[in-house]
Amino acid sequence: MKLVTAVIKPHKWEDVRQALETSGVTGMTVSEVSGYGRQKGHTEVYRGAEYDISLVPKVRIEIVVDDADADAIVTTILGAAQTGRIGDGKVWVSPVETVVRVRTGDRDEAAI
Amino acid sequence: MTALPAFAATVPDSGDTAWLLAASALVLLMAPGLALFYGGMVRSKSVLNMIMMTFGALAVIVIVWVLVGYSLAFGDDLGAGLLGDPFQHFGLSDLMAAGDSAVPTILFAVFQGLFCVITGALISGAIADRARFGAWLVYVAVWTVVVYAPVAHWIFDFSAGEHVGGWMANRVGVLDFAGGTAVEICSGASALALAIVLGPRLGFGRDAMRPHNLTLVMLGAGLLWFGWFGFNAGSALGANQSAAVVFAATLVAGAAGTLGWLSVERLRDGHATSLGAASGMVAGLVAITPSCGSLSPIGAIVMGAVAGGICAWAVGLKYTFGYDDSLDVVGVHMVGGIVGTLGIGLIATAAAPTGVDGLLYGGGADQLGKQTIGVGAVLVYSFVISGIIGLIVDKAMGFRIDGEHEVSGIDLIVHAETAYDLHATAGARSSGSGLFGGLHSGDHRDEEDE
Repeated sequence: MKLVTAVIKPHKWEDVRQALETSGVTGMTVSEVSGYGRQKGHTEVYRGAEYDISLVPKVRIEIVVDDADADAIVTTILGAAQTGRIGDGKVWVSPVETVVRVRTGDRDEAAI
Repeated sequence: MTALPAFAATVPDSGDTAWLLAASALVLLMAPGLALFYGGMVRSKSVLNMIMMTFGALAVIVIVWVLVGYSLAFGDDLGAGLLGDPFQHFGLSDLMAAGDSAVPTILFAVFQGLFCVITGALISGAIADRARFGAWLVYVAVWTVVVYAPVAHWIFDFSAGEHVGGWMANRVGVLDFAGGTAVEICSGASALALAIVLGPRLGFGRDAMRPHNLTLVMLGAGLLWFGWFGFNAGSALGANQSAAVVFAATLVAGAAGTLGWLSVERLRDGHATSLGAASGMVAGLVAITPSCGSLSPIGAIVMGAVAGGICAWAVGLKYTFGYDDSLDVVGVHMVGGIVGTLGIGLIATAAAPTGVDGLLYGGGADQLGKQTIGVGAVLVYSFVISGIIGLIVDKAMGFRIDGEHEVSGIDLIVHAETAYDLHATAGARSSGSGLFGGLHSGDHRDEEDE
């Protein structure tokens, strides 16, 4: 099993969700996060005092999938989240050892 | 401010009394307005303390005012025009029976007490995030007696009949309709001294200390403007032509102040900001406070716009000089108060209620000279005495909280509260009610220093 994690622009979140749903993904965990990469932050001015705000708001999506599906899901996310401009975010895949469904106790592939 | 109008009968004038009752309530509303205005400007970890400094000042000042403050400010002068008889109206007990004025004197005493509340609460903006609550209350109580009451006596207490008032209003003839000196310059200069005594917030000039809730700031600013009509037009002490002229000036100056500040921002920083709109509005109102009885509506436009522009520039001075006047009490109230009080000497018109022409209306430099004396005296006196009180309180009980607590947030350590519970997963659980479940009131009790 694999954990697919994507950090994307907040305004692309709805596009990504629809694309994943269309490709058969039935569940995911989503959180609002903040961070920065090459995009850096922005400046804000309060009563003439300029502040560099380094953290940029992002949406993080986490999906646990079968090994065989991981590449296709990464491609789906890329297709929906890409704007071509700086700050589009990142997607990465990591191995998962065990998954248990809390309600039934089903393990691993049966729990996905 | 004018002298209390005399009235033949022992029955107060109902119209005048009704207006001053309402105006007093409007001035009281400025306190929560100021609390929200200030509270939104600090970071979320210290918003409760910011609000509590205003509510605490409100409670303390009202009591001190009734006991002794009103007598010091409006009792018969002790000799040099500096101070009233402190025991003349102790507890306002002698004002229970109707007197011979059109407005009951006890109502006048309440109205004036609320001016002191706003002036004291304004100071707290200079010491955001870092002052011990108990020390603040002690400071503000002493300040009411030693700073505000004398200054109010100088400028607001008019001689009438047997009664002898203060030196600035009666001997010099300084014009200050609603408190450019006693309220605005006094609060700003007191705040500057206190900011210097306490020292800057940890991380001042390095960390981004941006406002955590600008919608609160805008709501507070709106309430302040609403209350300011009671403040200025109420100072006419009657429901009459003067009150109406002052009311118009108060409306006009707030609008012009908003545009003045936003213009500077747009040209200098590239954007017209909501904080700038709220600040400009307040700056315009500050400047019109002393001058609302002396200007034409066109004069009020000029006054508001100039004050908005100058204050937008003046709030940057703290970075140049390195004092942490956290929410710009100096840049807005002291500077705006000076602009408004001196401006009377320039653009006052005899057609307005105070009936004096300024320099640009052909009245000569005479009034400008008087205004300068008033500004200088209140500025120096408030700054020096506030600083001395601050130093004594700091020596006696410590004015600042620990650096560690300042960084983690003053709300938790001083008040054992958190302003916003936005996450159900914060891990809060009850440890029994205070009445029946023992004395455990929270995990932070051990660290409590208040």
